[in-house]
Amino acid sequence: MTVVHDPLQAPEGRIETKNTTCYMCACRCGIRVTLRDGEVRYIQGNPDHPLNKGIICAKGASGIMKQYSPARLTKPLRRKEGSERGDAEFEEISWDEAFSIMEERLAHLRATDPKKFALFTGRDQMQALTGMFAKQYGTPNYAAHGGFCSVNMAAGMIYTMGGSFWEFGGPDLERAKLFVMIGTAEDHHSNPMKMELSKFKRNGGRFISVNPVRTGYSAIADEWVPIKPGTDGALFLAIIHELIRTGLYDRDFLVQYTNSAELVSTDEDSDDFGLFARTDIPQDPDCFDPQDRVWWDRNSDKAVHARTKDADPFLLGEFTLADGREAKPSFQLLKDRVEDYTPEWASEVTGIPVETIKRLAHEMGITARDEKIELPIAWTDVWGKDHDTVTGNPVAFHAMRGLAAHSNGFQTIRALTILMTILGTIDRPGGFRHKAPFPRPIPPCAKTPKSPDDVKPNTPLNGMPLGWPATPDDLFVDENNQPVRLDKAFSWEFPLAAHGLMQNAITNAWRQDPYPIDTLMIFMANMAWNSTMNTANVRDMLNDKDENGEYKIPYLIVCDAFQSEMVAYADLVLPDTTYLERHDTISMLDRPISEYDGPVDSVRIPVVPPTGETKPFQEVLIELGSRLNLPAFTNKDGSRKYRDYPDFIVNFETEPGSGIGFLAGWRGKGGEKFMKGEPNPNQWEMYEKNNCVFHYEMPKSYQYMRNWNRGYLNWAQEHRLLRYAEPINIHIYSEILMNFRLAAQGKREGKQPPEHLRKRVETYFDPLPFYFEPLENHLTDKHKYPLNAVTQRPMAMYHSWDSQNAWLRQIHTYNFMYVHPKTASAAGIKDGGWMWAESMHGKVRCLCRYSESVEPGTVWTWNAIGKSKGAWRLDKDANESEKGFLLNHLISEELPAHEAGEHVSNSDPNTGQAAWYDVRVRIYPAAEDEDKTSYPQFDEMPALPGTGKTGKVLKYFAGMFKKKAG
Amino acid sequence: MHPAFSVIFLTTLIGAGQGLFLALITGQSYAAVQLLPSQDSTQFYGNGAAIVMLFLIGGLIASFFHLGRPERAWRAASQWRTSWLSREVIVLPALMFLVFVYGVMHYFEWDTVLFTTKEGAKLQVTLVVGIIGALATFLLFLCTGMIYGCLKFLQEWHSPLTVINYTLLGTASGFVLATAFANHNAPELMRFFGIWATIITIAAFITRSASLIRNSRIKAKSTMQTALGVRHNKIQQKAMGFMGGSVNTRDFFHHASAILFKSMKWVFIVLVFIVPVIVIWYGITEANTTVLLTAFVIQYIGLIAERWFFFAQANHPQNLYYQTI
Amino acid sequence: MTQLALIIDLNVCVGCHACVTSCKEWNTSGSAGFMTDENPYSKDPTGTFFNRVQTYEIGEFPATETLHFPKSCLHCEDPPCVPVCPTGASYKRKEDGIVLVDYDKCIGCRYCSWACPYGVREIDETQKVMKKCTLCVDRIYDEELPESERKPACVLACPTSARLFGDVHDSESDVSVTIREEGGYQLMPEWGTKPANHYLPRRKTRMNIHEDELQRADNPLKKEERGPSAPVDAPTLDDSTSW
Repeated sequence: MTVVHDPLQAPEGRIETKNTTCYMCACRCGIRVTLRDGEVRYIQGNPDHPLNKGIICAKGASGIMKQYSPARLTKPLRRKEGSERGDAEFEEISWDEAFSIMEERLAHLRATDPKKFALFTGRDQMQALTGMFAKQYGTPNYAAHGGFCSVNMAAGMIYTMGGSFWEFGGPDLERAKLFVMIGTAEDHHSNPMKMELSKFKRNGGRFISVNPVRTGYSAIADEWVPIKPGTDGALFLAIIHELIRTGLYDRDFLVQYTNSAELVSTDEDSDDFGLFARTDIPQDPDCFDPQDRVWWDRNSDKAVHARTKDADPFLLGEFTLADGREAKPSFQLLKDRVEDYTPEWASEVTGIPVETIKRLAHEMGITARDEKIELPIAWTDVWGKDHDTVTGNPVAFHAMRGLAAHSNGFQTIRALTILMTILGTIDRPGGFRHKAPFPRPIPPCAKTPKSPDDVKPNTPLNGMPLGWPATPDDLFVDENNQPVRLDKAFSWEFPLAAHGLMQNAITNAWRQDPYPIDTLMIFMANMAWNSTMNTANVRDMLNDKDENGEYKIPYLIVCDAFQSEMVAYADLVLPDTTYLERHDTISMLDRPISEYDGPVDSVRIPVVPPTGETKPFQEVLIELGSRLNLPAFTNKDGSRKYRDYPDFIVNFETEPGSGIGFLAGWRGKGGEKFMKGEPNPNQWEMYEKNNCVFHYEMPKSYQYMRNWNRGYLNWAQEHRLLRYAEPINIHIYSEILMNFRLAAQGKREGKQPPEHLRKRVETYFDPLPFYFEPLENHLTDKHKYPLNAVTQRPMAMYHSWDSQNAWLRQIHTYNFMYVHPKTASAAGIKDGGWMWAESMHGKVRCLCRYSESVEPGTVWTWNAIGKSKGAWRLDKDANESEKGFLLNHLISEELPAHEAGEHVSNSDPNTGQAAWYDVRVRIYPAAEDEDKTSYPQFDEMPALPGTGKTGKVLKYFAGMFKKKAG
Repeated sequence: MHPAFSVIFLTTLIGAGQGLFLALITGQSYAAVQLLPSQDSTQFYGNGAAIVMLFLIGGLIASFFHLGRPERAWRAASQWRTSWLSREVIVLPALMFLVFVYGVMHYFEWDTVLFTTKEGAKLQVTLVVGIIGALATFLLFLCTGMIYGCLKFLQEWHSPLTVINYTLLGTASGFVLATAFANHNAPELMRFFGIWATIITIAAFITRSASLIRNSRIKAKSTMQTALGVRHNKIQQKAMGFMGGSVNTRDFFHHASAILFKSMKWVFIVLVFIVPVIVIWYGITEANTTVLLTAFVIQYIGLIAERWFFFAQANHPQNLYYQTI
Repeated sequence: MTQLALIIDLNVCVGCHACVTSCKEWNTSGSAGFMTDENPYSKDPTGTFFNRVQTYEIGEFPATETLHFPKSCLHCEDPPCVPVCPTGASYKRKEDGIVLVDYDKCIGCRYCSWACPYGVREIDETQKVMKKCTLCVDRIYDEELPESERKPACVLACPTSARLFGDVHDSESDVSVTIREEGGYQLMPEWGTKPANHYLPRRKTRMNIHEDELQRADNPLKKEERGPSAPVDAPTLDDSTSW
């Protein structure tokens, strides 16, 4: 039989292949892009890339549909005179005009009151640059999305052990035997996680998933442990209780590497109550913990300087110091703390059977103890002791937003970190492993300014816009202890707000609390839709005017690549490029993609030219910085310092001659140095030749126990990852938190919380982890709103980004509310029927889908599938707006008025992490005669000038697409 | 299955045409052995064959609407060794050719008697062509029926009854039409065709009922358990991988309400069997062409419903994978 | 005789859809021509995909299993879609067992899709021909590609390597060994289609804890017992008996 169509025949065309870095989500996989006649033919994972090793996800493989999406903005736009924000009536302007407008406005603000300019960015992957721009400009009002993402995860872990999950560290699944995943979003570090999870399972590892919902990763767990949202802390504390009760903890690890054996003064009358007993050994300066603590030695039965050679301290007990003060080891305090957190208690809270909780504890403890790994890697600890091997207790954990996005998340994550620590799994094979530049001191050294005087006209900010307070005196408050920042980060409301509180920026700016601002610049954050709580009201705030008819937020600049909901509210729209059209750095100064074995950073190099008049936001910042004569962008003679972004990346140094820049690889004149070295004019080319990625694999002996590994610490100090080569001991007991509590109790000199916040700070700054119900639970009627409502992001969509993607939107065209059949039928809701979900803040009408994979007290949906009519260049009858919905309408950005204030953010009281998952709802069926559409609905957003055509049929064929379309 | 109207018209039109052709041949055969009076070659057989051709051509045209690429239809004759569809594609034109020859020979009365028996029975060339045509007609019924009957996992279709029903229904439809045609062009044959039309319609009722009973008792061989290879009694789909529909959701479901689906069965039972039998008897009694034609039209409409139901009732195992968006 | 096939490991598939879109992007610009999407930006978007990932729930809470189930053409050894094709457009390659559609012969009659119990054939609504998974036949023999990449796009993409590719007729191939040792099975075996693609079931790892493992001699709690419990000169049995 003859074949007419030769299936092996490749279509004709000029083929090119280029490497760059993906940006369809935040994983930052290496990709190889094949072009045919200049059009993208194939995007594959780069097999030579250390992060993804050739694999790619659904989003990455759909990059073509992002590149050629009709929703792309291609021209700078100005809101039409006389039109309202939100109407999305724009006129095209030139970049020159756009820059002139911005230059004039921002120069004036900088010369008068720089804090009136606020810059907030979404998942931008260039926080090093945006943060630096804000600092150079002199405004404290800068943050990226971390505050409403997972700052609790970062802060809770970093304030405990100097590292965190995802970019900063993760589970060592190559060596682990037991892996426990708790509340993990499926888009976080997703490709490496998928890859490792599969290998782990094939190697015979046991995978337990603790999650209210069983989807994605949890689907392939050997055991699913359904849990009520927001109660994870109770589970961890009960497991710690059981581990201590049965002696299933790693005593040697706790003694040497944590503050477990260090004595804490328990004399309520003494000045140092709650603080560590100290020797008079001189303290080291700076941000590392001074090594001046005290142990109670078992051999000599007396107090000795901690980590004295041959001393063996008690972890438990109560001791009287020489001066008569009573003291207990941290571990005893932990034991006291968890005394009442029994599995029986936790079972009531979490909904997990007592036997399961105990068994989880036993599985963890026994695996850690009996499946020990001894790697034949000799290393020396920071105290000078040589070790022949590296020990591992192969129990690994991973957690993400499921823990973080609750108002009790910080303490919950502290509990998790302590659980990981008492099992002896920190930076050890089979447990948790750091990634450069972590571990950092506890907390890291970076500090924000501490006073309003640090914000001055025409002057860079005196400090980092974001930092890590170590004591109350590090807070960024004025003489009345009121916030200096617009989002109130680093104030007494949210002292450890290491990533800021972007979720409150608009509300605060609108209410002019703590002060009015002038210009709000938003980069790729959809604050008029899925990236904000209380969406409908925030949209009104963006469009709200004062009695003089002036906008309460006077000027709004939005930079985005797509016609998002937020763009409709802009006064000025800056069209960004896609990731395939620009230079970018995944920098060690931001959140790099380091591996466990050493630092990794990477770049994007354009594979196709920019579409229309799009301009990368990086170039916008360089241009603006130059026009505003910001010091970092200007030569001494006042002339422009950097031609463009690539030039800036090559030549910028954090300080003149520091040798530290955005890229760590191929530094030095000829590219012979790394981490530190003078600028290399050919740095981009060298990255390009090397798969756009720099990966330094450290010697094996530097790869473990890095908090205490002399070799590593010296190396890190030498390469300026760290300032000192001092140990980073784990904080079982947090003296940092205690200091805030003491201030709140009026027992500490220095900055004091305002009266109405004293109780709040005293309560939540507990030096030991504790469980409390999420804040909203205390302020809502739990009988009226009996269910928890949460969201997850599907693996084939990243936030709101992909509804304009013709392939991905076919997978998630609209969303259902998933409800347990018993819960739904008790409420009279049918499978596939329309239902209402209502919280004390708002309500949504949506479609119901019965599911046996959800804990009956929880309802959930995929996040950000629902769209506002016409946004993302979808037709007005698109399923996304007709049937899709956002849970955000049920969630408030502020808590109801209570003793801490009238307008306190709905956030973790320690870190300001947005408490997305605290919301409680009730559900009921929609009436038969109601519209068969989701609620609320919004006016249609018209197509913006410069966006593309949306035909009835799409026939993509690389090399022919634009020709046909054109 | 999703009832495709192009296929429904194809099968009902050629079925009626084939039935009418069989009626003509039956008439001529009876006449040849002098059981029936001979008829005017042009008026009856010539015009009758022309009507047969109209139905066959109509069916053929309808079939093209089912093809994505009708310009390549000629390729469809190549796989006669394995494909009943390919066989149908060969036999249908062959039959049309035979009907055409048969009709032309009758119309222009190009006929010779090959031999005559002692009893006076005459074997004419046209009758030889007609008998060959009749064989082709049965072959075409077989091919068309087997297109459905050969698909073993469409259990509702995978039965000899599929071919038998299709043959009998097409033949019945043709004989009803023949009755009306005869009333107009050869009134003395009207009663003969009418009786046969009734007999065949009743036979079709019996076999079609048999298939309805059979199908109501079918136990699906494929289950969620075999479809996924998972041994559990409770398996529910939660997502089919796309939400805006696909060929899987369009081509394999009837998308009709349960009420419409059920009522369609009674509609065709009434319109194909009960009403036509009554109307034919009335038409015969009255010798009224309009009434007889009405019987044909009613039955034809019923046959469309029957075909619709035939498709809709067939449960494709692929549907196991496409139950929940 | 070679029979190329995919082995789908349900034990590790997390349902990410990477195979779905990587297939689409490769094949829409490949020898299968463009793969049409209708209503790409409006109501009910629908397009031609060769591979889909579905989700099922098995059992009842809390003993629910969530199953992600990728499905594409299974390249049956006895493919019912091939003999029914009237034009010979649907064919099975002798050299490697791949079931293909000759797009230049196909008349778009859809009969082959009726004849497939698995629902894996997709009509292209603008080209009006039947399309389906080709096992990326235009990749796997392309000598311009590095040998490690001569695999179907879905296999290269799959983050959990839940898709194995190889010759199921070679008893010693990785895929045959895996099918043999990991319980590989075929879908709807009742029809005798003998799908070449196989699926691997969920396998569970469990931990058995023995009572004595909770009570070990080296329990660190013992180290926390402090000092002698009674003074040496307190009375003992020695003070009252002599034996």
